[in-house]
Amino acid sequence: MSCKETQAFMDGYLDRELDLVRSIDLERHLHDCPGCASLHQARMAVRAAMGAGSLRYAAGERVKKSVQAALVERDREERKTERRWFQFQWPALAAAAAAVVVLGVFWMRPVTKPTEGEVVASHIRSLMANHLMDVPSTDQHTVKPWFAGRLDFSPPVKDLSSEGFPLVGGRLDYIDNHVAAAIVYQRNQHVINVLLWPTSASDARLRASARQGYNVIETVRDGMQYWVVSDLNPAELQQFAERLLAP
Amino acid sequence: MSDATKLARFEQAAMPHFDAAYNLARWLTRSAGDADDVVQEAFLRAFTFFDSFRGGDGRAWLFSIVRNTCYTWLRKNRTQDLMTEFDETLHSGDGQTGSPESLQLRRADTEIVREALEKLPAEFREVLVLREMEGLSYKEIAEISGVALGTVMSRLARARKRLHDHLCEPAGQESRA
Repeated sequence: MSCKETQAFMDGYLDRELDLVRSIDLERHLHDCPGCASLHQARMAVRAAMGAGSLRYAAGERVKKSVQAALVERDREERKTERRWFQFQWPALAAAAAAVVVLGVFWMRPVTKPTEGEVVASHIRSLMANHLMDVPSTDQHTVKPWFAGRLDFSPPVKDLSSEGFPLVGGRLDYIDNHVAAAIVYQRNQHVINVLLWPTSASDARLRASARQGYNVIETVRDGMQYWVVSDLNPAELQQFAERLLAP
Repeated sequence: MSDATKLARFEQAAMPHFDAAYNLARWLTRSAGDADDVVQEAFLRAFTFFDSFRGGDGRAWLFSIVRNTCYTWLRKNRTQDLMTEFDETLHSGDGQTGSPESLQLRRADTEIVREALEKLPAEFREVLVLREMEGLSYKEIAEISGVALGTVMSRLARARKRLHDHLCEPAGQESRA
């Protein structure tokens, strides 16, 4: 080991932080080199000087007590702000809890008829996109055959004009994974969409509901799933549905 | 883990090292009154950040907070103290002034060693306090001071050399201004 290395590693050696191999090398060099041996002695002397008497400063009870008091005070402040924060947050917490409950109820409510939403959407779309009819006709003998080439079922189309529900046309739609026939009737200015497709379900009673301001009637009759949607009032829509489904 | 026990847990972790923390602050500030202030500030800071302390060596954790608080304080109040580090090169003479024998005569006098140590720059005092008084390893010192292991060793070497030089100064030449 050179003098330069010895000087560089001297303190590591004295502090026992040097690895064994280099420590042995260093000791060998000290044995041979008076200059480095003298440095070693000097360093030892410094360490001895520092270790001879206690250079430590004692803290004293006064400062210790004062720091402890400051800690108690800080602790009290922290807890006060935390409490205040908690109190301040109560309305928010309550709102969050309520939201969780509402969402829970919303998600967990029985998903009865997702179809209803689709049916209403179809009705709205038909009014919006100028897509009310693919076959505009007031003649049931025009509308019914029009479906014949386009559906694998034959939707019943009725002439209810004498009852005040004139036929205005028909179109195709796609609801709940079914190709559906949409037959459009009218009552004064109100459009009535009748959506239907075949089902294996047995006949059911009329079931009326409302969604997004539209009145909806659902039923199964003679192997057909019917959805009747309109902004017509519930009573007249009920009357229409009964006439439509009458044998 | 309730707030009521935070203070108790902190005291359990930190108060056993109060004397050592105070000693470090006292050596770095070189003033009893300032050490009182700094150590209080450091303990309050430690308490505030106690939640981020993940157990382990409470002493090393506390030392690093005390050290940082000291340097922040020195930078604010004693800029010239930190400046003394820069004149270090002026004193890095090559030879060993004085002889080991003369040192032998003086070493019993703690006050002289204390004075010599106080003349050193803060970083040298820091490394000597941590090594010689607290007996920390290079690795622990490196973590507390945020420097590399090699830096700890070279800093200790220079600190000891400077201390040696001061101790070997003939009594009459002590003031170096």
